Amino acid sequence: MMISATGAYISVKNLKKKHGDLAVLCGIDLEVTPGELTVLIGPSGCGKSTLLRCLNGLETLDSGSIVINGVALERSEDSKSIMKDFDKKARAIRENVGMVFQSFNLFPHLTLLENITKAPVVVKKMNVDLAHSQAKELLIKVGLERHADHYPCQLSGGQQQRAAIARALAMSPKAILYDEPTSALDPDLVHEVLQVMRTLDDEGMTQIVVTHEMRFARDVADHIVHMQEGRIVEMGTPEQIFSSPKDERTRRFLRNFL
Amino acid sequence: MKKGDHTPMLNMRNIIVTLSCIFFSIHAFCSEKGILRWGSDANSGAPYVFRDAKDPSKIIGLDVDIIEAVAEKLNMKPVFIQNQWDGLIPGLNAGNYDVVIDGLEIIDEREQAIRFSDPYYITYEQLVVNKENHEINELKDLKGKRVATLPASLAYKILEDTGDVQIKKYGEEINAYADLASGERLDAVLLDAPIAQYYAKHNAKLKFVGPNIGYMKYGIAFKQDNNALRIKVNKALNILIKEGKIQTIIEKWGLWNPKMAEAWGVSVEPKTEAVGYKEYLRSMNLERTFIDKLKLYVDFFPLLAKGAVRTLEISMLAMVVAVVFGLFIALIRLYAHPVLSKLALTYVEIIRGTPLLIQLYLIFYGLPNLGIKFEPYVAAVIGLGMNYAASEAENYRAGISSIPHSQMDAAFALGMSRLEALRHIVIPQAMRVVIPPVTNDFIALIKDSSLVSVITLIELTTVYGQLASTYFDYLGIGLLTAAMYFLIGLPFARLSRMAEKYYSVNNKKQLKGVQS
Ligand SMILES: Nc1ncnc2c1ncn2[C@@H]1O[C@H](COP(=O)(O)OP(=O)(O)O)[C@@H](O)[C@H]1O
Ligand SMILES: [Mg+2]
Repeated sequence: MMISATGAYISVKNLKKKHGDLAVLCGIDLEVTPGELTVLIGPSGCGKSTLLRCLNGLETLDSGSIVINGVALERSEDSKSIMKDFDKKARAIRENVGMVFQSFNLFPHLTLLENITKAPVVVKKMNVDLAHSQAKELLIKVGLERHADHYPCQLSGGQQQRAAIARALAMSPKAILYDEPTSALDPDLVHEVLQVMRTLDDEGMTQIVVTHEMRFARDVADHIVHMQEGRIVEMGTPEQIFSSPKDERTRRFLRNFL
Repeated sequence: MKKGDHTPMLNMRNIIVTLSCIFFSIHAFCSEKGILRWGSDANSGAPYVFRDAKDPSKIIGLDVDIIEAVAEKLNMKPVFIQNQWDGLIPGLNAGNYDVVIDGLEIIDEREQAIRFSDPYYITYEQLVVNKENHEINELKDLKGKRVATLPASLAYKILEDTGDVQIKKYGEEINAYADLASGERLDAVLLDAPIAQYYAKHNAKLKFVGPNIGYMKYGIAFKQDNNALRIKVNKALNILIKEGKIQTIIEKWGLWNPKMAEAWGVSVEPKTEAVGYKEYLRSMNLERTFIDKLKLYVDFFPLLAKGAVRTLEISMLAMVVAVVFGLFIALIRLYAHPVLSKLALTYVEIIRGTPLLIQLYLIFYGLPNLGIKFEPYVAAVIGLGMNYAASEAENYRAGISSIPHSQMDAAFALGMSRLEALRHIVIPQAMRVVIPPVTNDFIALIKDSSLVSVITLIELTTVYGQLASTYFDYLGIGLLTAAMYFLIGLPFARLSRMAEKYYSVNNKKQLKGVQS
């Protein structure tokens, strides 16, 4: 694992991103140390998803830089060769950084087992038997061993999201990004998904989680980052953010969750 | 050792001897016996080129005998190539055959595009009307009347010059006389006397009226620049005329007339029996019972089956072209550079916005003008394939677009490249959406393949036209042919329904899964 001089695994500097005329990210600076769980909070539309997608190379950036594991993403739209270079780097980053989506995005035409083995076999050319035994272990880890041959549509939302995490884990990532992983779930299914992330945190996985689950954030996060209108307005330990927020906007935002 | 050596040596020598024999015999065959490809339309083509009612796989007629006599004189092997009347001259110019002989009149308009041999037959136009009709007796009585003839013929020009005639163009002579006999659609038919003799004379509901009209000479047609062959054929033809051979052939078909006798300076009295014409009349007057017809249909079966196999072959190959090329276009439309994508869209729109028939004509008769020439078979597969590729591309595009972009994101996030994501995630899902319309398209393609009969290809529809016009039975043979098409398409219709059912059951299962 490559970490920066400041000890960060993920390091974002003055990141700016526009969608058309709309400035979605207006200069984000962020560092994530290996093994940390960072929770990203902020009102809807403030740019949380866009930030995560940038970190994974799913979006291009307008200026600034993202360095993950020593690979740097920068502005790419100026020429074709730079664009190609960007794609290559984005793929290099995705080898180490997994992503979990709000709506799970499992592959509906594949069983859970196939969902989990597909990428290792296709991308890493992993031996099929090996991929299978690894997938079985991952299913045990997320408590879905009985559902290996089921299709996503036969599972509850909580089960689907756990399967999605297992699918990301199959690529042996160093970090996982979660974009509101529990927002689409019935309240009584939220817990089982958070539990998986807690276990991963205990095992030392680097994680960034966009969520509105403030209890979870307070109990598990190492850092909380609060965004508004494309900017980070406050950053700190759960203690600092929840007990003595410095910024008025943070105080106001958190009031909604009390 | 020595013995061992000996045998292979002998073998070697044998092989060389055999090979050189084959080589020389091929060489000899080529130099001694060239091939004379002659194009004509055997559908309802009496007395020139038509099918023998006793054996529909055999073509007979005045022009057949003439071209065969000429070929024999030239020591060439005549090879008949079927093409429909309208396509005969374009096919000649496209180089699909060396000559055309099909009762073609030597007229100025044609001289511009092609060249003719010396005349081998001389005749006139004959006016035919319904027995009940007493108004029409000559050309000038035709004003305001509905008169049928063949397009691009001298008769057509005569009717135009008469003025004020409602000219009805017919593709096949029989249909014109049949309509005239029924008395509903036509008032008269003006066609070459031999045609009238073969299709109208024995019909009790029709009568010949008026004097001989016009003076026409039939010639063999050549491509404009093929003067060498034209000179050779003319030489042979003139020898045959001098020998009396051509007169014998004309007499055989009962077509000897005073105009010919005058032109060639011989006696008006025929010297030989009109055996061909008599045989034709006999087959015409045969009253066929239902059982006779059934027996005939059984006889047709091998011919129709052969056509059906050809139809299926072309359809399958065209579908392969359509499926592969269609995917290519769809991917360009979806993922390539905007300029390429626009080009692909333009292709799809042009192909879908123009008739398949025109596309086939362009490929088969048009492209040779630019030096691009295809065999009929290849042209058919390309034409149908490229046409259906546009439809398939749209099917694929709709299928691929129906897969939400989040699936692509998920695949990317797992480290897949665009190609891997398409191949393993997007396309397999799109398949479920795409398979039912693609199988439906294949059934449509089988039916559309009947259009390739216009480019000299003998498939099911061509065989139908040949048999129906030989036996004057468009109904029975038509039903038989329709049944053939239905049978060919049936397995694919079944497949399409099975696919639809399979996916709808699957979808229901998925819905249940979501609900529980
Ligand atoms: N692909 C896009 N095109 C245009 N606007 C977008 C796009 N994606 C996001 N946006 C806009 O960017 C802003 C931030 O969106 P997002 O990152 O999804 O916020 P959050 O996840 O915090 O709710 C929103 O105003 C949204 O409408
Ligand atoms: Mg969001």
